[in-house]
Amino acid sequence: MLRYIVRRVLESVPTLLLIVTLAFALLHTAPGGPFSADKPLLPEIRHNIEARYHLDEPLWRQYLRYMGDLAHGDLGPSFQYRNTSVNQIIATGFPVDVSVGLSAIALALLVGIPIGLNAAWRRNTLWDRVPMALAVAGISLPVFVIAPLLVLVFAVKLHWLPAGGWIAGSPSHLLLPVLALALPYIAYVARIVRGSALEVLSSGYIRTARAKGLSTARILLRHTLRPSLAPVVSFLGPTTAGVITISIVVETVFGLPGIGRFFVTGALNRDYTLVLGITILYGALIILFNLLADLCYAWIDPRVRLE
Amino acid sequence: MPGSTPEYVLNSALWQRLRCHRGAMIAAGVLLLLALSSLIVPALSPYDYYTPQLDLISQPPTLRGGHLLGTDPLGRDLLIRVLWGCRISLLIGLAASCISIVVGVLWGAIAGYAGGTTDALMMRMVDVLYSVPFVPFVIVLTVLFGRELWLMFVAIGAVSWLDIARIVRGEALSLKRREFIEAARVSGVRAARMIRRHIVPNLLGVVIIYATLTIPTVILFEAFMSFLGLGVRVPLASLGSLIADGASDMQAHPHLLLVPATVLATIVYCFNFIGDGLRDALDPHDRHDRHEQA
Repeated sequence: MLRYIVRRVLESVPTLLLIVTLAFALLHTAPGGPFSADKPLLPEIRHNIEARYHLDEPLWRQYLRYMGDLAHGDLGPSFQYRNTSVNQIIATGFPVDVSVGLSAIALALLVGIPIGLNAAWRRNTLWDRVPMALAVAGISLPVFVIAPLLVLVFAVKLHWLPAGGWIAGSPSHLLLPVLALALPYIAYVARIVRGSALEVLSSGYIRTARAKGLSTARILLRHTLRPSLAPVVSFLGPTTAGVITISIVVETVFGLPGIGRFFVTGALNRDYTLVLGITILYGALIILFNLLADLCYAWIDPRVRLE
Repeated sequence: MPGSTPEYVLNSALWQRLRCHRGAMIAAGVLLLLALSSLIVPALSPYDYYTPQLDLISQPPTLRGGHLLGTDPLGRDLLIRVLWGCRISLLIGLAASCISIVVGVLWGAIAGYAGGTTDALMMRMVDVLYSVPFVPFVIVLTVLFGRELWLMFVAIGAVSWLDIARIVRGEALSLKRREFIEAARVSGVRAARMIRRHIVPNLLGVVIIYATLTIPTVILFEAFMSFLGLGVRVPLASLGSLIADGASDMQAHPHLLLVPATVLATIVYCFNFIGDGLRDALDPHDRHDRHEQA
């Protein structure tokens, strides 16, 4: 188990290196630079600034310098926010994204799994048809449609919840963003659980469980739930990382101080270090959550061997 | 799709079963109607999507006066702008899906048919690319290299072929062991021709299903980019940019948000519905959900 984790972590190093290199090359081959023509500066000033950020050095030296700093966990200074390091920006913004993203995933699981199980158990009844038709609607409604609509209804019309802003630890500020983010994932989870539970319910040991007179609740919770979760877990791996990236939209609509908006403005202003830093973070997240998903998978289905 | 015979996918049995799926047929009709009207109505209408009429700003929907769905804060006809947005969204959806399907099918078919080291290497690359955070990459691409429409096609197409490659490879692996492929190989058909003439055509069923499910994903992604202000350039509109504009003005004029949001949801809903219908028609037992790669 431990050996498996260590090996996976080691394997992810070249992948991360590739991501960094790709992003670095992309940023530096693009036309325009952080301090170039659209903001007129005196040549001496510009030269000084570029020297300070080592932009006057040849590209390979900049690359090696960046990689060297990265090995020490230093993502460098931000170009657009003077006297602020990328580490600081991430340290202040990322917790917001994590709390919104993980709450949304938790909500999606808590609501989606029961709906899916129930739909599979009562296949082809209204309990199946109505939630599943709604689920197709749920995956068709993107976050950036749901989020403004939720604001319109719950903040503008009903005045129940604040329309945006962020106060750390305030549940009323968390509720709408989490709901907006979670709704499509509730739909996905419900559909996946329904599909896999249907398969499980048609297997022999469920027939045995029914034949020996177990209650519905016991059949569903003790015998159906766990094997039905396997595809959910493999769905959650890439998705959880994706939720944290997709929260850019939620940040924009609700005015949350997460890192997604820093990323977009950073890309627009050619803030190389900020964009690189956040890209690395996202890449690491994807790798981390895929590893977690594989570990969970082995826990759910003991036949799976980690090797 | 285990258990289904690929050859019969494109024949009339499938078509008949799809026709019985009433929801899918209605969805196809709605899409066709939207596509046609997005092509025809702007050509016939007296209004265009870019000329501001400052004496008619933010009109509500009305049956009198010609602006059926009202106007936006610059006095431009909302109906025409939404239809233009439809046109852009459908165009990007189709074009980017074509790119991702061509790349994904070729990649998967070659890997699956070649097998061995080639297969291992090609699929290892797919695994690595799965770890690349694509949303940031596309954002960086479009920001740095200008917001050109064709660049959107390429960027979105280039990032969405991974799933197709995996699925097609699996199918190609199982196809390879079929008798007619062996017969072709014995009679001396070369690898390139084999992939083109025998492997790819037999994969079309799976690919068509997957295509109908890729198109909505791509449309949503384009709308997402436009919502962030990184999509089409003003004054051109896409559904995403219209939703973003509407969201900023929704307190006073909710119709500016509701109309494009409804149209976008309808398009995506219809594609998803057709995809589900095709999947049921192909193999009623197998209802695995596709996985979303964000």
